[in-house]
Amino acid sequence: MQLMKDFVNGLWNENPIFKMVIGICSALAVTTAASNGIAMGMALTFVLTCSSILVSILRNVIPSTVRIPCYIIVVATFTTVVDLFMKAYFPALYEVMGIFIPLIVVNCIVLARAEAFASKVSVARATADALGMGLGYTWAITLISMIRELMGEGTLFGYQVMGESFTPWVSAILPPGAFIVMGILVGLINIINREIAKRTQSH
Amino acid sequence: MAKELFFIIIGSVFVNNFVLSRFLGQCPFLGVSSKTETAIGMGMATTFVLTMTAVAAYFIQNYVLAPYGLDAFLQIVSFILVIASLVQLVEMVILKVSPTLYNAFGIFLPLITTNCIVMGAALLIPMYNYNLIKSIALGLGAGLGFTLALALMSGIREEMEFHDVPEALKGPAIVFITAGLLSMIFLGFTGLVPLG
Repeated sequence: MQLMKDFVNGLWNENPIFKMVIGICSALAVTTAASNGIAMGMALTFVLTCSSILVSILRNVIPSTVRIPCYIIVVATFTTVVDLFMKAYFPALYEVMGIFIPLIVVNCIVLARAEAFASKVSVARATADALGMGLGYTWAITLISMIRELMGEGTLFGYQVMGESFTPWVSAILPPGAFIVMGILVGLINIINREIAKRTQSH
Repeated sequence: MAKELFFIIIGSVFVNNFVLSRFLGQCPFLGVSSKTETAIGMGMATTFVLTMTAVAAYFIQNYVLAPYGLDAFLQIVSFILVIASLVQLVEMVILKVSPTLYNAFGIFLPLITTNCIVMGAALLIPMYNYNLIKSIALGLGAGLGFTLALALMSGIREEMEFHDVPEALKGPAIVFITAGLLSMIFLGFTGLVPLG
């Protein structure tokens, strides 16, 4: 029950992108095509889960004065694994993502979960939390990248979905589009949450 | 050479602004941009660390990692460790040399370690194959671009406090939309310098 609660937490209530608004550099930069969003989400989920598990296992061994450098080395190790894996098996995707795969090492989500959660709880709870946060990040940036790809190119995952008469709004895949789509989505989520709060209150 | 350096600096401040068009350093861009004074303090501290990191990244890449063929798998770990210790060193030196400056930078210094603009600039240097002077220019340009974006955004946010923002857009949402408009303005600088 507790595990389920930890898992669901990251999906909506404490969604890293839309609610806590952390780790958004990659969410804005790589979301020009829907496939990039999914790939980035999976890469981050892997690093987040592995480092949360390791930090949780080592939580009684790491002295608290040097804990941050220890966490950074753990995160950097798994980031290197993802970096080399993507370079070897998905060179085209790696080319598009550029420096944002190695930059997972300074992604606030990973370090924040290690410091605030994984270092204090059991391995099972840390894993559930990391998977939930990772999936929450993945659905959020996949949504952003789908909207941007649809408006900017009229395609979804590379397939043409808009009709012949559709004129692409090129700004959506340029930097300004990222900020504006993100702002509108955060606003919409605020409205949805207010509705939910109102409903639960009146019952 | 002087022309190239000029292009690198102008390129990273205006054309490819590190915050508004390369999306680096978003966390402090949203977090500490509500007051102009703190925004400029953060910008200056980051510029300082960025310039030092550019020098360090150049030497580590060209004299330690590349000659021994370690850059494929030790680059991320060594860069992040160097940045973390550099920030710590800068903090200690400033405390010793100028306590006034230390009080001004204060809480911003430790935050810079996890600012992805620093790691991003460090990773770009080996990617572009820059020499030492060009690396310093890139670090300086990145820092100035970050300071400019932060100062602009904080000015707008101070003004925005007196205006009616729709209820749902309060908080980060309106900051994103404002950043989008700023980014659109910076798109106008495209073509100011030749790419490369």
